[in-house]
Amino acid sequence: MTNALLRVSGLKTVFATRNGPLRAVDNVSLEVERGEILGLVGESGSGKSVTGFSILGLIEEPGRIEAGSILFDGQELAGAPAQVLRRIRGHRIAMIFQDPMMTLNPVLTIRAQMKLAFDAHEGGAKDDFTTRAIEVLTKVGIPDAAHRLDAYPHQFSGGMRQRVAIAIALLHRPDLIIADEPTTALDVSIQAQILTEVRALARETGTALIWISHDLATIAALANRIAVMYAGKIVEQGTTREILRMPRHPYTQGLLNSRPDRFPAKAKLPQIRGSMPSLSNLPRGCAFASRCDRATDLCAMQSPAWQGDTQQGVRCFHPLEPNP
Amino acid sequence: MAQEQLRRFWQEFSENKIAVVALFVVLALVFLAIAAPFITPQNPYDLSSLVLSDSRRPPGFVGSKGFTHWLGTDAQGRDLFSAILYGLKISLEIGLSAGAIAFCLGATLGAGSAFLGGRTEAIAMRIVDLQLSFPAILLALVLSAVMGQGKVQLIIALAAAQYAYFARTAHGAAIAERSKEYVEAARSTPLSSWRVLFRHILPNCLPPLIVVATVQVANAIALEATLSFLGLGLPPTEPSLGALIANGFQYMLSGRYWISIFPGIALIVLIIAVNIVGDQIRDQLNPGLRR
Amino acid sequence: MMDDAASRDFVSLEHVSRRFSTGTPWTDRLLTRFGRTPPPRTVYAVSDVSLTIKRGEALGLVGESGCGKSTLGRILCGILPPSEGQATIAGEPVVVDGHKVSRRVQMVFQNPFASLNPRLTIGDAIAEGPLAHGLVTPAQARDYVQGWIERVGLPADVVQRYPHQFSGGQRQRVAIARALAMQPDVLVCDEPVASLDVSIQAQILNLFLQLREELNLTVLFISHDLGVVRHICDRVAVMYLGRIVEEADTAAIYNAPAHPYTRALLDSIPRLEPDGSEAQFKAIAGELPSPLRPPPGCAFHERCPLAFDICNTQVPELTVIDPSHDRRVACHALRDK
Repeated sequence: MTNALLRVSGLKTVFATRNGPLRAVDNVSLEVERGEILGLVGESGSGKSVTGFSILGLIEEPGRIEAGSILFDGQELAGAPAQVLRRIRGHRIAMIFQDPMMTLNPVLTIRAQMKLAFDAHEGGAKDDFTTRAIEVLTKVGIPDAAHRLDAYPHQFSGGMRQRVAIAIALLHRPDLIIADEPTTALDVSIQAQILTEVRALARETGTALIWISHDLATIAALANRIAVMYAGKIVEQGTTREILRMPRHPYTQGLLNSRPDRFPAKAKLPQIRGSMPSLSNLPRGCAFASRCDRATDLCAMQSPAWQGDTQQGVRCFHPLEPNP
Repeated sequence: MAQEQLRRFWQEFSENKIAVVALFVVLALVFLAIAAPFITPQNPYDLSSLVLSDSRRPPGFVGSKGFTHWLGTDAQGRDLFSAILYGLKISLEIGLSAGAIAFCLGATLGAGSAFLGGRTEAIAMRIVDLQLSFPAILLALVLSAVMGQGKVQLIIALAAAQYAYFARTAHGAAIAERSKEYVEAARSTPLSSWRVLFRHILPNCLPPLIVVATVQVANAIALEATLSFLGLGLPPTEPSLGALIANGFQYMLSGRYWISIFPGIALIVLIIAVNIVGDQIRDQLNPGLRR
Repeated sequence: MMDDAASRDFVSLEHVSRRFSTGTPWTDRLLTRFGRTPPPRTVYAVSDVSLTIKRGEALGLVGESGCGKSTLGRILCGILPPSEGQATIAGEPVVVDGHKVSRRVQMVFQNPFASLNPRLTIGDAIAEGPLAHGLVTPAQARDYVQGWIERVGLPADVVQRYPHQFSGGQRQRVAIARALAMQPDVLVCDEPVASLDVSIQAQILNLFLQLREELNLTVLFISHDLGVVRHICDRVAVMYLGRIVEEADTAAIYNAPAHPYTRALLDSIPRLEPDGSEAQFKAIAGELPSPLRPPPGCAFHERCPLAFDICNTQVPELTVIDPSHDRRVACHALRDK
């Protein structure tokens, strides 16, 4: 497994708050290979976005990376100087946010912003800017890209803006794109278009993706592998097929069963009781224990260790047995 | 919740040491003003207790009544320390009452017009805008000149000059609140309009209004001092801080600085302290500045 | 008991439209003076919608953002007066002279963080409406509120607490209790689970199903989540740009969608296959048109695979095409077939 593009191990990101340290990301290890799409699923407050920000070195005061290593193509990013991170960010690792206006400047034309992004890294200078810009805009499904280049962000619809944001991310042919809930704010028909484009892109260009979302269904449509996060920890990881067909962590199973699609209409859904504990006030044992039907005294006493490798595994004392 | 919230508010407040000192100064001044009749050696409003031969004496002079005038005496032989405390009391009374009246009037007008919308809102807010385009001092000057001297007249003049600031703020806050879902929920119950306004919209407009209130109380005190300085405020028999400053003004160049300077220092300390406290409250209530 | 006809039209929206206007006429006149066309100022959020809901039925209203589904829900609930047409419940109008007069319809909102007044305790928020309408006396209020709190599955000691002390799911339970404490016949739910975490959604959906049955509620359930609507509703209406394009029994809509938009919408959602195979979906071509400049004719014709000449000019009417499933469709291509 030396060909992993990104290898995160033992990542801990902590935010200092008035009520003591808040462990947003606690001992997260994951791997992404070239051309692979990893789906990172979790509810709000599970630490999935902070994991993405940590990899990009975008954690700001009062947060900091406390421990762990982020090995990107053989280079250590955790604790790397800001200018090294800046060179990698946007060039070799790009980010797409939920709100495209976090990337787009409302008072600049698309051409101006793409030019800024293009010139920020010398690596792109080999290409002719306009050709490359039109190429990526066309690739993400913007019709008549040569003309739309001189439009302002407000002249685009929400879905088109997100495409432009993706196009900017693609400018430098990054090795890895981290996408944080990129389709959550969009309508289903637009979401489907973007998912289709992204899936095709990943296949064509061989760009690796970390796709962060709360929606298992969109991730299932896209990802090769899925990592499920709960209260700052990865609780289960595996190939999409494995996770969907035979989830081993009770939380993963609960998530899958919470969707009404799998049950007859008006039937009572098998709900997960209670809600996720606050990150600043985590229990001593497994954070899911109080909501789990399989929990025993052991789960309340002690936090379960990771069973498995960097590709797949589960963090549970009593995982569901794969049915034969 | 109220208690818990107050505790957290105080915890955050106490992290700013300057604000704590300012709050202490404000409270101390308020206490001194209330306790004035009991701690001052002289009642400066009691003309019979004034000794003309003791007038214009420098600080530290031992007067004919046998006590020391630590801050000196003014042209009428008043003990300045006593006069300042009594003046402080009047200034605070007027500032607080004018602020409170302007608050109630302005908040109701602003939030009410935002809630009603349409033509009512347009007319009410244009009047407020028109008034805001004048300096408040001008309006207060005209009103107190027309109504004459006296505490009540002064309070009315100051409230009339200042309600517009509250109305603007309340209007802005209420516009943001009125489109929120909890207001829609109250309307869909349905609840009567006044109930939606006074129980749902107005209480949620309070944070910015409290901030404006602290600033405006300081402004009212300053305005009152200005009017009194110009001779339009209170009669000279009941001098406020502004009148005291005015009284001593003519002696400034003859070296009897204390008659103006000490009331002036008291006024400045009061206004600055109120403003610092107000700024801290604003910072704490403004969610945009938080975290 | 009511007779069949009355029960069928228990909730009725008759030719309801809602316009929103911006800008002022004189700036428009000025622009015209200088030879410019003024930008469109009037948006039809809802145009000419007629809809009925049977007593005890749950109707799902689905569509993408800007299609007017939330506006329609607010019209039924009396929060927004319609520009034309009217909403009635059992024959009585909801709104008279721009003021809501009926308490028979209540609403549950999307965002439980915004729909509760932060300065009222949970108990006060629930008790306020019933007290104002004389449904309970102040002496009974305490027990009444307690009853509803237990019914929505909250612990009894929440009465004295404030909304900020609760999670999103718990707040939504409070919002449901507040609406139901008014003893409504009709409940309008505007995306009630959209802002909740997945694991909490199931809890609230279960609560809905249970309460609906216990109280025989008539429900208008607004959602963009087709899976949720399928689970909750008896009948589904699909909206596109202010109009209803298809309406039928839930099973008929999901198993055999007729309108090309309904079909495309259903195809565009990635669905989790239980066997773990890759979720399949198909994107709809084109973009949602702006409601400010709706396309002439059928609003969907630019994206529609079935469109032909008449679709560009004439707005199709909603007509019954499949009486057995109570199906109404607004599509030229389907009617002429």
